[in-house]
Amino acid sequence: MRKQNTRISEALLKSKRLKVKRELLRKGITYVALTAIGVTMLLPFLWMLSTSLKEPQAIYAFPPKWIPEPVIVESYLKVWKIVPFARFYLNSIFVAFCVTIGQVMTSAFAAYAFSRLRFAGRDKLFFAYLATMMIPYSVILVPVYMLMVYFRWIDTYKALIIPAMFTAYGTFMLRQFFMTIPRELEDAARIDGCSLFGIFWKIILPLSKPALATLTMFTFMASWNNFMWPLLVTNSQEKATLPVGLSYFQEVYQYTQPDWSLLMAGSLLAVLPVVIVFVFNQRFFVEGIKLSGIKG
Amino acid sequence: MNLKARNRETLTAIIFLLPNFLGFLVFASIPVLVSLGLSFFDAQLAPWPQVLTAKFIGMGNFIKLLGFHLKDGAWIANDPNFWKFTGNTLFLMMVIPFQIFGSLILALIMNQKLRGMVAFRTIYFLPTIANGVAIYLLWQWVYNPNFGLLNSMIARVGDVLNLKLQGPHWLSSEAWAKPSLMIMGLWVVIGGHNAILYLAALQNIPKDFYDAASIDGAGPWKKFWSITWPMISPTTFFITIMAVIFGFQSGFMQAYIMTRGGPNGATTTLEYYIFKNLYEWQHVGYAATIAWFLFIVIFIITLLNWRFGGKVVHY
Repeated sequence: MRKQNTRISEALLKSKRLKVKRELLRKGITYVALTAIGVTMLLPFLWMLSTSLKEPQAIYAFPPKWIPEPVIVESYLKVWKIVPFARFYLNSIFVAFCVTIGQVMTSAFAAYAFSRLRFAGRDKLFFAYLATMMIPYSVILVPVYMLMVYFRWIDTYKALIIPAMFTAYGTFMLRQFFMTIPRELEDAARIDGCSLFGIFWKIILPLSKPALATLTMFTFMASWNNFMWPLLVTNSQEKATLPVGLSYFQEVYQYTQPDWSLLMAGSLLAVLPVVIVFVFNQRFFVEGIKLSGIKG
Repeated sequence: MNLKARNRETLTAIIFLLPNFLGFLVFASIPVLVSLGLSFFDAQLAPWPQVLTAKFIGMGNFIKLLGFHLKDGAWIANDPNFWKFTGNTLFLMMVIPFQIFGSLILALIMNQKLRGMVAFRTIYFLPTIANGVAIYLLWQWVYNPNFGLLNSMIARVGDVLNLKLQGPHWLSSEAWAKPSLMIMGLWVVIGGHNAILYLAALQNIPKDFYDAASIDGAGPWKKFWSITWPMISPTTFFITIMAVIFGFQSGFMQAYIMTRGGPNGATTTLEYYIFKNLYEWQHVGYAATIAWFLFIVIFIITLLNWRFGGKVVHY
């Protein structure tokens, strides 16, 4: 009996050891896979950094070197002189800032009406909003571009900002979030004589900070990376945003070998702000994607 | 609730809705109708002063876009470019299954409680965040036939194997231009939104299911096909629909920056064709026609997806 017991416990111990071993192996393989994919994702970015720090002759060296020698920062200084890069930067910041504030505010107001207030035709109107989200952007693009021409808004900040301030997407996303806020909180406030605007301002908005933060970041990034619209409605360097400005770099080198060190320095400066914002707030992104599923 | 309070609520609703609704009207819903109207006109924006010249031509634009005519005993498309660019768009969309499959694999790897996972997830998401002109300039450089990262790595591999390996001319070769954009697309998309959606779906599967399967002696392969795959099928369905809808109306930005739609139109998509009609040639009527054609195609595909896709989805 006792002999049998020790045999069982030995077998158990053995299987446990085996399990630990297998677990360790699984973890090891996972880390190797994670790292391999991570390196693949990062390599082009490192190549960007490496190129931007090279001398002109070193760019066309074969085989290329990963560590530039000597390391020079001249491209980062030249970028601001060869095209009005600072102007592009300011334009992008200003436009993204205005678009984001406008979009979050108008969306929040509309989402409150759709989720909490009762009025005739509410659900039909909301359905119409949802329907426009299915329509290809290019269908709307043609008439809105013509509208900009008629308004004489071409090459103004108005054209860059105002049409982008209203989206069905933002309204939809915030409405979904507002619906999850318990009604009891509002009812209590109503009994205390709080106005509808007061409820919106003092209860709904403070409770929706995560959703508002997510929409803010999505909107900011979308505006920052937007290319086709600014390309359509601007035609001077004074009003160009960063993506359009970067495409001007290409035109500078239309007939010569491009200065890739300069182009990579400009590109790196252009992506840096969004990458930094993302790295510190990636939690909001993940939550936002899960919340709406859309945006892709 | 009394009538007065009800009226006040309606009034408040109107005030809250007004800013968004006006924008929605002017910049979304009315333009959709205007765009439909334009597709029946031979309409052009004159360069300067900007005026519109428009002539009603009924279905003329659609006939030009989709029709064929007989020439020397052969049927020739009225607009051969349109068919070529449609072909390009569909060809580029062939990367979608790889993107979805890749995102799923990535999500399966990330769905393990390991230290440092957030850091990996952040790195995988970086291309999605930075996606734009800067990324396309970077890849244009990566694809440089003589000094780019990719071809120098191929040459390096060749040295190790004692072979003379020469990478293709990527973006400047008509055969390789589309695959180049697709490889880049895989890199950009794989760790982005779809991976996050898959990860969320995987985390929602109850642990008990796997425990029960273990007791029944199911291996990991069996567990994946009889538990994981059916449980995440709504996500797969959703991701596929969105990718197809998006795929039909994409391809402008990358082609404009990296190839200007070339070589020889090999990377011009329908979205790019709309842009050209609108911006370069000011053919607003024809641009609206192509856009509406896209809309109809997307609408039909979405309907078919809902109708037939619903059957393979397990809720």
